[in-house]
Amino acid sequence: MPGQMSRARRNPVTVAAMHGALIIYTLIALFPVFVILINSFKTRKAIFREPLALPNAETFSTIGYQTVFQQGDFILYLQNSLIVTVASLFFILLFGAMAAFALAEYRFRGNMLMGLYLALGIMIPIRIGTVAILEMMVATGLVNTLWALILVYTAQGLPLAVFILSEFMRQVSDDLKNAGRVDGLSEYTIFFRLVLPLVRPAMATVAVFNMIPIWNDLWFPLILAPAEETKTLTLGSQVFIGQFVTDWNAVLSALSMAILPVMVLYVIFSRQLIRGLTSGAVK
Amino acid sequence: MFFGQLVLRGRWHIVVFLAPAVLVYTAVMIVPLFNTLRLALFTEVDQQRIFVGVQNFRTLFGDPRWSESFWNALGNNFWFFFIHMLVQNPIGIFLAALLSHPRLRFAAFYRSAIFIPTILSFVIVGFAWKLVLSPIWGIAPSMLDAVGLKSLFAPWLGKEGSALTTLALISVWQFVGIPVMLIYAALLTIPDEILEAAETEGITGLSAFWKIKLPLILPSIGIISILTFVGNFNAFDLIYAAQGALAGPDFASDILGTFLYRTFFGFQLQLGDPHMGSAIATAMFAIILVGVCIYLFGIQTRIRRYQF
Repeated sequence: MPGQMSRARRNPVTVAAMHGALIIYTLIALFPVFVILINSFKTRKAIFREPLALPNAETFSTIGYQTVFQQGDFILYLQNSLIVTVASLFFILLFGAMAAFALAEYRFRGNMLMGLYLALGIMIPIRIGTVAILEMMVATGLVNTLWALILVYTAQGLPLAVFILSEFMRQVSDDLKNAGRVDGLSEYTIFFRLVLPLVRPAMATVAVFNMIPIWNDLWFPLILAPAEETKTLTLGSQVFIGQFVTDWNAVLSALSMAILPVMVLYVIFSRQLIRGLTSGAVK
Repeated sequence: MFFGQLVLRGRWHIVVFLAPAVLVYTAVMIVPLFNTLRLALFTEVDQQRIFVGVQNFRTLFGDPRWSESFWNALGNNFWFFFIHMLVQNPIGIFLAALLSHPRLRFAAFYRSAIFIPTILSFVIVGFAWKLVLSPIWGIAPSMLDAVGLKSLFAPWLGKEGSALTTLALISVWQFVGIPVMLIYAALLTIPDEILEAAETEGITGLSAFWKIKLPLILPSIGIISILTFVGNFNAFDLIYAAQGALAGPDFASDILGTFLYRTFFGFQLQLGDPHMGSAIATAMFAIILVGVCIYLFGIQTRIRRYQF
């Protein structure tokens, strides 16, 4: 009988085994992060003597964080990362949504071709063109400015953004837009006032997809903006750790400080991210 | 041309909507891409850029000083990809199958936790594992000691034979969240009626998984494979963060991304050579293009898709 069988699948041993496997993997996933975080608050001696113990009154120390704050300009790096990420996301969403609207809404010659042209970049990584990108940035004087990074990340994010957003914009009802046209609204007003608010969930998905790779990128900051004033947090921590490699307190603290902002972003956006990944937006 | 026609017909707004995206995308992505392919055909003599045809490629594939590094990086890159396919997909499918089980408690918690490594930067991941596996700190040896396997420990990242595989496994650890999510999503779309119908035929548990669920998630596995392929063949950050630009020990973990970086940007005493760098980038472009074409025309069209 079917009922019996499905009950059999849920017997306590199976359930316990499933939780066992998931707990083991969760531990594997979190273990390195956990070790870094707890040891960043310990004295050097305690780090080596008992790496797996939590800090206590005797072993607690913030010496690593003091080194990080004295030697590295982490506030500046954090600020650079924030500017680059927020500005890139803004341009990806604005330009991406505008292009997606044009492709989804209007019939014109070359519509298909334009869609294909913009979709090329989904599969081809922008890094392949790095040599010429660097030459262009040197020629235009944009090297070692945050604009170089913002432009590259915007170009990198646009193809997928246009693709996802135009899928969603095709679903917006024509009646609504035509009612707007009858009322004499311009095409711009229709886009900004009527359509954009309706595709907000899709915009959030695009934003979350792009946010993490931009924030974590090491390649372009290293090549286009390695100057001290333009270092992003990812590059800044890489360089800092490279210099302080024998100072374990400083290294562990720098790593913890690099983990913190991403974790904050993740806590805020994890539902959106997982919903985006599982909603078929990337099929 | 294209925009001109639209303007002539009084459809300015289409131009305004399209222009920013098309301009930025063309200027920063497409033009540099083709310029890089073009630069591969030039070289620099006495600060003059001169056209040399396919000479750079002959050097890259034929001159032992270059070709040894290139084939080494390419071979390593394929091994890197092979480990991903071999380890990441089975683990991803297994975890997704567990997570998609109906009425599993704490599923949301497991899901969020398993995804955490994926959001961390390569710098954090590379250094964190370097510390955990470090023979100086001794976390890995003492944990192996606790289960009586201390003799198995070796400084994996420092040994030529194991560095690349260890890095590939670290990369799998970082990215397994993506296959988990995509396969989990695919499993959720399988209608209950199909599984119930199978149950009445006596197909349950593992055999239901092999005979029903796995064929239905094949398209997702295809997408994950091509995403992994493209990601692996322009990977750079993890190796650079963990092993440096020289991709040690003795280039044992050198892949195309690190080889490209050293060649065109220069490193230590080696001067940067944008033209040879472009040649390597062109080779990477060709490999990725072949992979994407195999997927689009060879695999994607053959996988049977089911509509519910």
